[in-house]
Amino acid sequence: MKYYDKLIFEISRPGRVGYSLPKSELTIGNSQFTIPANLLRETPAELPEVSELDVVRHYTNVSNKNFGVETGFYPLGSCTMKYNPKINEEIAHHPSFCGLHPLQNEESVQGALAIYYHTARALSELTGLADFTLTPFAGAHGELTGLMVMRQYHLLRGDTKRTRVIVPDSAHGTNPASAAVCGLEIVEVKSTANGTVDTNDLKGLLDDTIAGIMMTNPNTLGIYETQVVEIARLVHEAGGLLYYDGANLNPMLGASRPGDMGFDIMHINLHKTFSTPHGGGGPGSGPVGVAAHLVDCLPNPRVVKEENGKFKIQHSESACGRVAAFMGNFGVVMKAYTYILSLGKDIKHVGPIATLNANYVKESLRDAYYLPVDTVCKHEFVFDGLADKSTGVTTLDIAKRLLDYGYHAPTIYFPLLFHQSIMIEPTETESKETLDDFIDIMHRVAEEALSDPDMVKSAPHTTPVRRLDETTAAKNPLIKYRDLN
Amino acid sequence: MNKYIPHTPDDIRQMLDKIGVDSIDDLFADIPESVRLQKEYDLPEAMSEEEIRAYFKALGEQNQQQVIFAGGGAYDHYTPSAIDALLSRSEFLTAYTPYQPEISQGTLQYIFEYQSHICELTGMDCTNASMYDGATAAVEAIFMAVAQAKKKNRVLVSATINPTLVSIINTYAKYKGINVDIIPEANGHTDRAAMQAMLAEGDVAGVLVGSPNHYGIIEDYTGFADDIHAAKALMIMHCDPSSLAVLKTPAAWGADIACGDGQPLGIPLSFGGPYVGFLACKKELVRKLPGRIVGATKDVDGKRAFVLTLQAREQHIRREKANSNICSNQSLMALHITIYLALMGKQGLREVNEQSYGAAHYLHDELVKTGLFTPVFPDAPFLKEFALRATLPVKALQEYLAKQGYMAGIALGDCREGMDDCILFCATEKRTKRQIDELVKLIKEVQL
Repeated sequence: MKYYDKLIFEISRPGRVGYSLPKSELTIGNSQFTIPANLLRETPAELPEVSELDVVRHYTNVSNKNFGVETGFYPLGSCTMKYNPKINEEIAHHPSFCGLHPLQNEESVQGALAIYYHTARALSELTGLADFTLTPFAGAHGELTGLMVMRQYHLLRGDTKRTRVIVPDSAHGTNPASAAVCGLEIVEVKSTANGTVDTNDLKGLLDDTIAGIMMTNPNTLGIYETQVVEIARLVHEAGGLLYYDGANLNPMLGASRPGDMGFDIMHINLHKTFSTPHGGGGPGSGPVGVAAHLVDCLPNPRVVKEENGKFKIQHSESACGRVAAFMGNFGVVMKAYTYILSLGKDIKHVGPIATLNANYVKESLRDAYYLPVDTVCKHEFVFDGLADKSTGVTTLDIAKRLLDYGYHAPTIYFPLLFHQSIMIEPTETESKETLDDFIDIMHRVAEEALSDPDMVKSAPHTTPVRRLDETTAAKNPLIKYRDLN
Repeated sequence: MNKYIPHTPDDIRQMLDKIGVDSIDDLFADIPESVRLQKEYDLPEAMSEEEIRAYFKALGEQNQQQVIFAGGGAYDHYTPSAIDALLSRSEFLTAYTPYQPEISQGTLQYIFEYQSHICELTGMDCTNASMYDGATAAVEAIFMAVAQAKKKNRVLVSATINPTLVSIINTYAKYKGINVDIIPEANGHTDRAAMQAMLAEGDVAGVLVGSPNHYGIIEDYTGFADDIHAAKALMIMHCDPSSLAVLKTPAAWGADIACGDGQPLGIPLSFGGPYVGFLACKKELVRKLPGRIVGATKDVDGKRAFVLTLQAREQHIRREKANSNICSNQSLMALHITIYLALMGKQGLREVNEQSYGAAHYLHDELVKTGLFTPVFPDAPFLKEFALRATLPVKALQEYLAKQGYMAGIALGDCREGMDDCILFCATEKRTKRQIDELVKLIKEVQL
């Protein structure tokens, strides 16, 4: 197929249109537009003028330059790139939901409110927490909301000193950023050699200024924090709360619940564990769950069920506040709920099979790649580059070479604990054959790194574009069409 | 095992052998017994697709599709058919954030086009790859202003913006330690003299105003930018991007930052989401802009290509001192409005505004003619949304009309003091003369 490199603006021709509006009897010409002239724009916005076929063909060609889960295997660590089922999309696009105005009267949106309510109930059952808000738009937004809940809990008790939060040095980058935006000071807790929280270091950090601790379990190395029960006891004794970053929840389905581990607050990435598509970077959804003593601190508004079975939108004075105009990415919630119903009780197989897949890939590749922490993993694991680094081939080069073979690259250079991190998460939806093919290619790339290192260092060779000049892009930012001319 | 898990018993056996364990359970032996899941989940049995369809159909029937005569931040505009067809392409839908630009040129290119559109509409120099929604975009704009001002920690927010937006700003400000003061309104407009006095008190990092404002009024911001800039603060304008096809741009008003919700650009109401926020600014502020930005560059062969750029900004290098925790965007919804703007184009977006203006003014005039309503702010210019004072009891009227299938405006008394008898009505290009006439007829005949 021919490489397509046009921008929509470059196929625009004056006078072409791609829409149809009714010839309404209410249409007015420009002359009757009685808005004072000084409130109007002087020159029209230069929007494209294209036909419908122009638009459809343009974006179809543009889409062909993209790699999605349906294009091929996407072993991107920490991102849980599982299959996004088609039925989820069909349900979420149903006209009886798409046309609802978010401020319609409660009586007229009982079906939509029921979905909110039942999704929250299902998430509670799967995590062992008392209740959820489904409003946060993304994982990072969930983190921030969860931390607001944490702060509000302390503030409502008059405990105003608690303005510091403990974050492991191996945490996802958003954890400290969310804490900072929530007005919390970050205290870093050290990791042990295998990447788990150092409980001795933790003990020294706990005092009456600590609002809580943020943890991921399994952690960013895919390792279960076996000390979690002890950590929960220590933090609770010191008056703090435990926040669970749900980015790594997938392997816990069917295995262990954050609420049972002792966590008070968590967020879930519906776009990871609950199969909703990533959409090239959103819309996601980051519901926040809390233990019973924190339910009153969840943000407004909340959906509750009344005794007569009707659903109601409720506002509370003790809430941590309001984090969005309406009730979040409802369409994404519908997809996640469809997924939960599709699997039902069988959702318990998700964690075990995701874990089986990850350990299988790890054990199959450890001869060619350096495994810095040699233990059973959960949904993901981390290599520290090639086992044989003598030719200077880096993690970046390996990632780029994989693109030539039709794979998305793993997550690279994260976690920061190692210099050449390659983080692989296969998810449960990939078959043994897919994994075997990937393992073969990973071996082949490791061999190429020794036999033809220059070819690997200059990869990719077969992608729509090759390595990009990122330095010039940052030095002289061209961020819109007008900048190009 | 099931349609989303392809493993056969034989596969599992071979994989366990390779790993060197006897059972999958052995892979979980490190989890303390006390926190191992010991029970079946209390969830229904797995449902087939037909059962799922029936289940959601039944839930859908518990919703009522209403003819929408309300806005309040979500507007019922026409959505061209081609958008959904293109958005459902899995190459767009199932991709991750474009970290590997060589195989993500599709996402990167449409974000570049999106950025071009947003800059074109707002008149601004720079924008990012999109935000969650209009409210969080406004919050981030305030964070930018406070960061830019360095030592100042106070922002002014006009009383004429949507009160829900104010409560969201207050929430974020409470935790981040920013002081928010409300500029009073005078006859539905931001009180400029009051703002000048508040600016004179000092410590102001930014001022947020809306266009059109919560009452639908297109305010005249002449002189505002001068006042605000004289106090070394930034002017932030929260606006409806659809209206910017005809209304004066934030840049032309002298604003430093423009933000808002992209929903009016053809995104279905969808019970409040997913929508998309936009955040645009003058070039001096680009390094304070949160989130991702796409820039044009070349590959090693000289081909034009796109890439995430300016990544070395504050939140990436000093994460514990971050001014924003924004990580993702609402990419697919950014694509939604990018395609919408391509299809509607220069002429179509103008026509949407003209038809909405026509429908809203017809509705306004017909309602006033009944003698049951009077304008709350007579002679204030509006586009598609306006406030009326009713002689009928507002709640009872809305309830009655909802039963007849109409969403008849938003009760302003729910969010504003002293406005219990006021309704905020809206009509877009989707409302026909017949629908408006029927609504007015029902209101004329109502016995409450």
